[in-house]
Amino acid sequence: MSTVATPGRRKSKAGWNLLGLLVFVVAGFPVYWMVNTAFKPAKDAIDPDPSLLPTGLTLSNFRRALDIADFWGPVGRSLIVSLSVVVIGMVIGLLAALAISRFAFRGRKVVIVGILAVQMIPLVAMIIPVFLLLNDLDQYDKLSGLIITYLTFILPFTVWTLRGFIVNIPKELEEAAMVDGCSRTGAFVRVVFPLLAPGMVATSVYAFIQAWNEYLYALMLLSQEHQTATVWLANFSTKHGTEYAPMMAGATMMAVPIVVLFLLVQRKMAAGLTAGAVKG
Amino acid sequence: MSAVDTTTPAKVLAPPPDSPQRPRVNRRSGGPAVPWLLLAPCLAILGLVLGYPLYRLVTLSFQMFGQSQLWGFKPAEWVGFGNFSKVLGDSEFWQVVLRTIVFAVGCVVFTMVIGMLVALLLQRVSGWVKTLVNIVLVASWGMPVIVATTLFKWLFDSDYGILNALLSKLPGVQMIGHNWFASGPQGLAVIMLLVVWGAVPFVVITLGAGLTQVPSELEEAARLDGAGAWGVFRYVTLPILKPIIVMLTTLSVIWDMGVFPQVFVMRGGHPEPEFQLLTTYSYDRAFVVNDYGQGSAIALLTVLLLLGVVAVYMRQMLKIGEVE
Repeated sequence: MSTVATPGRRKSKAGWNLLGLLVFVVAGFPVYWMVNTAFKPAKDAIDPDPSLLPTGLTLSNFRRALDIADFWGPVGRSLIVSLSVVVIGMVIGLLAALAISRFAFRGRKVVIVGILAVQMIPLVAMIIPVFLLLNDLDQYDKLSGLIITYLTFILPFTVWTLRGFIVNIPKELEEAAMVDGCSRTGAFVRVVFPLLAPGMVATSVYAFIQAWNEYLYALMLLSQEHQTATVWLANFSTKHGTEYAPMMAGATMMAVPIVVLFLLVQRKMAAGLTAGAVKG
Repeated sequence: MSAVDTTTPAKVLAPPPDSPQRPRVNRRSGGPAVPWLLLAPCLAILGLVLGYPLYRLVTLSFQMFGQSQLWGFKPAEWVGFGNFSKVLGDSEFWQVVLRTIVFAVGCVVFTMVIGMLVALLLQRVSGWVKTLVNIVLVASWGMPVIVATTLFKWLFDSDYGILNALLSKLPGVQMIGHNWFASGPQGLAVIMLLVVWGAVPFVVITLGAGLTQVPSELEEAARLDGAGAWGVFRYVTLPILKPIIVMLTTLSVIWDMGVFPQVFVMRGGHPEPEFQLLTTYSYDRAFVVNDYGQGSAIALLTVLLLLGVVAVYMRQMLKIGEVE
């Protein structure tokens, strides 16, 4: 890559590798410990002198976690909400991102400032009026209400991120396609869109994770029986504070699919972020 | 923070690759209505779920709005600046402000510095180490905040937490039973660690992608001209990464000032006074004390504070927007 491999650098490379492994161990330990606790017999989890290595393999913590409260209902609701938010956010966000990155028009600057500014409002600051609004619209305790509320933070994010990807694609490519007889829409579909696709994947993944992880709105805008996965886990911890082993089993079930998804798209995401490198 | 202090003068040496000529704006197709049509759905939704509540937040903060107003028994009563003078006159509020600023600045600085160091480190390690670290980073990045919070609660548990057990193995250290959340500063330090742990991967991966865009010829040229590792970083790498760094820092400020679930869940839904940040303080006033007017006033003040903090970066972002 960008470092030059000169002879005699072997030794320093070993040093860097050692440092890298240290980062690996320190950053990875919490995740390891979560999975380790989840599969460990419950009595080993309250050993005052815990063994760092796995002591035994049991699924009883998972069974217990599923017994304590309905797990699949909350997960299903979280999936519906997150996927809807991503689809709506990406379609509407892409249109808006095109508008502010490929058109010159009066008011463009105001829109950009607006999109930037609204990202600065902490969600928790808006919870009081949002709660009152959903109440007025008869959307309290409804997934549709939560979906539209999530767009408050997903939309500005997708618009701003997609804009970043679009401006990285040279305008000349589009213009060349138009000189060759493409319409503006045709140029977008054939030239810009393929280059933008990896960026859109990356943006969708960020958006999905944000929606999946959201806690406060889900807590405040849905009743206990319609709770999402994050609220499920947080409640789990307050009600059974000392039962850490089943809690870690629940945490593992919630996190693993997301993490696997992340690992799968990771390469595409890197490609998306570097696609803009091929310039001129 | 590091972004602005260190990079501005260096821009002269290596201009961003795409800045020399301003792109011409295409006015050929479509009338002036096209961009507005494209923006319409976005603006409509934001107007409904953001614009209106924001307006409502402002009016609420000038009203006496409690339980009976919530249920519609009594109309909301206009009290002018009453809520604000009550909040601003409360010394607890100012303690919360200070605590929030210290907490957020700590989070942002640690996140950016560690993120940059790890991103640079990943350029220098062998492929297999890079893969290992990347897997771990992605795993902790994808970790839902609530999962991470419950996980850290478990790591730092006073009786059975692994951290206390490990620390106690050190000679002369006896930490079993130590409650990390007995004092505010110590507990918030743990929460800061949690926030940084979750935020670093995004920074590393984004900066890492940016680093691959730094042309190696530029670095080589700098090296041939006698620049050391620091010189290359300072005068070649940093200027090229500057837009990414500015964006990451802005986002970090926004996120770290808005930290809520970590504190809320870590303290079992009832943060003690010495754990209150502006976000939880506003929530507390509204939903625990049932004074929605004061809660809104605090939320509004938080937003204003944040606007002040980020205004500088906004200007920076706009400059970038201009160039494009």
